[in-house]
Amino acid sequence: MTINQDAYAPSQETTEGRVYSVTGGDWDSLVTEIGQAKEERVVVNMGPQHPSTHGVLRLVLELEGETITEARAGIGYLHTGIEKNTEYRSWTQGVTFITRMDYLAPIFNETAYCLSLEKLLGITNDVPERASEIRVLMMELNRISSHMVALGTGALELGALSPMIFAFRERELVLDLFEYISGLRMNMAYVRPGGVAQDLPKGATTRIRETVTQLRKNFKDNEKLLVGNTIWMKRTQNIGYLDLAGCTTLGITGPVLRSTGLPWDLRKTQPYCGYENYEFDVITTDTCDVYGRFLIRMQELEQSLRIIEQACDKLDKSEGQPVMVADKKIAWPAQLSVGKDGMGNSLDHIREIMGESMESLIHHFKIVTEGFRVPAGQSYAAVESPRGETGVHLVSDGGTRPYRVHFREPSFNNLQATSAMAEGGMIADVIGAVASIDPVMGGVDR
Amino acid sequence: MSDLTKDHGMFGVHGSGDTSGFGGLVRAAASTGSTERPYGSYFDEVTDELERAYPEFSNAIERVVVHCGELTLHVKASKLVETAYKLRDTQSLRFEMCLGVSGVHYPEDKDRELHAVYPLLSLTHNRRIRLEVSVPDSNPHIPSLVEVWAGNNWHERETFDMFGIIFDEHPGLTRILMPDDWPGHPQRKDYPLGGIPVEYKGATVPAPSERRSY
Repeated sequence: MTINQDAYAPSQETTEGRVYSVTGGDWDSLVTEIGQAKEERVVVNMGPQHPSTHGVLRLVLELEGETITEARAGIGYLHTGIEKNTEYRSWTQGVTFITRMDYLAPIFNETAYCLSLEKLLGITNDVPERASEIRVLMMELNRISSHMVALGTGALELGALSPMIFAFRERELVLDLFEYISGLRMNMAYVRPGGVAQDLPKGATTRIRETVTQLRKNFKDNEKLLVGNTIWMKRTQNIGYLDLAGCTTLGITGPVLRSTGLPWDLRKTQPYCGYENYEFDVITTDTCDVYGRFLIRMQELEQSLRIIEQACDKLDKSEGQPVMVADKKIAWPAQLSVGKDGMGNSLDHIREIMGESMESLIHHFKIVTEGFRVPAGQSYAAVESPRGETGVHLVSDGGTRPYRVHFREPSFNNLQATSAMAEGGMIADVIGAVASIDPVMGGVDR
Repeated sequence: MSDLTKDHGMFGVHGSGDTSGFGGLVRAAASTGSTERPYGSYFDEVTDELERAYPEFSNAIERVVVHCGELTLHVKASKLVETAYKLRDTQSLRFEMCLGVSGVHYPEDKDRELHAVYPLLSLTHNRRIRLEVSVPDSNPHIPSLVEVWAGNNWHERETFDMFGIIFDEHPGLTRILMPDDWPGHPQRKDYPLGGIPVEYKGATVPAPSERRSY
């Protein structure tokens, strides 16, 4: 289909230039229609610039008094064309793009992408164990920082200010760890095809354990603020109802699905990165409401801490083992290290390619500029992100660049449930419903 | 993917950029045709059960491909909804969830340029399969699956927005990510990256697809 044949915005060339006629209701008929309506209906546009819509989300609400009769979500305000962009970059560079999709859960984007790519490369079993352990560690840390934002901003949007201050205090501790490990606080591009960008700094597990202790203590403050809080419960209980049938037909995963009582967690049901070797519980509630989802997130924090502790134990044992596949055609030769001014190439590596080995320099140059080839085919891999199933569909034509990268973003999918949750309820409750879905607009619009 | 039968060069770079001298190599790529039985894993069981539940199986399913440990059923567009209902409702299959649609554009795949890929998930049996439908660019119509899995609503709108695939019977097939009056479908291969050059105070930065390539 060419540009001229767009079914919804046909256009024609005129002497003044191209003229588009967007199809839609005629103004006169719209006015007559409104005149005929018996009840007084109000249509309210909420967002995209509204402090309570969890980002640049636009809600079109049709109201009868304070009751919502129809709710629609308008998205696309943060569309950045990341999927298209990756087609013009090498497979490794793709990590840097896709980490910016769901910016609160960058490690999950990266891991899902790398798992899918490793499937295509056929190296799933060659990824070193230590790399998987670091991935698990980072993912669970990331789950905490993401849930902290979900809880904090969710409470903030319903009018509770203090939980947000506390939640961001906890999130800051996790971001400090990210900076310490990868050099960056967000969008780290730390998980790479075949492993991770660099090993943990020396003595990292000690520091992580200290933070875990601190977090466990701090989470109690968060719990005291909200769990069992009468006002909070009145605002969230029996709000944003969505049962199991609704979840399956709408493709909803994550805490919203688990709030219906179904213990569906990909970490348990379809383990990846060695999650089958960790002990943790899948948290469920059976209330199908906002409060249930809030409780799930709250309790998942403790489960994440448990996994982090086990990962630390494993990492202590695997100290010194490789964190990248052995295949030099895939693994980047650049050994990175964190310096005073951030992350950069390690001096040993610079010495080797600049002063010792011409072949190393050529190899470094070729693999960094052109990248590695990926056998033709398609693959799909999914991880349990804080918001549900993050799935990555990759297509390769055998080249050094992706032919197609598609992210099945849980935020994008779950946001469709807004109508089901909000219609028939009060306008004040739509905020709680959206907050319980916890959409991240960067992930929704990509 | 019949357009991917040849494999050029050493590093997959076409045109400028390849200074290695290996750019002239041409090899046959691994075949992506139909897979022979046994498929392995639960894939045989799934196809058997679908064959039993759906008498028109051989007519509706064009190819069965097992690749990277994943099962793909290539379905005729006209039979997609029927197949989807069977996959969702048959007791032994129970694919309760469709995880969306991913469009792929293969301009060289004559009369099957546009592909729609549907990952399915069965919570009951803990299984995943994939449906793939291909339609010609000249007549890009695929029946909508919103009546089977309501959650496909936005995914189909996105695929329409990005690839121009028209999902018939969709309740409201409008653009979702791009502005309503946007011309063209950005993720098609014939649509350049960036599309329009970026202007800064008189100086023009060429669209990314026009820039020097390695």
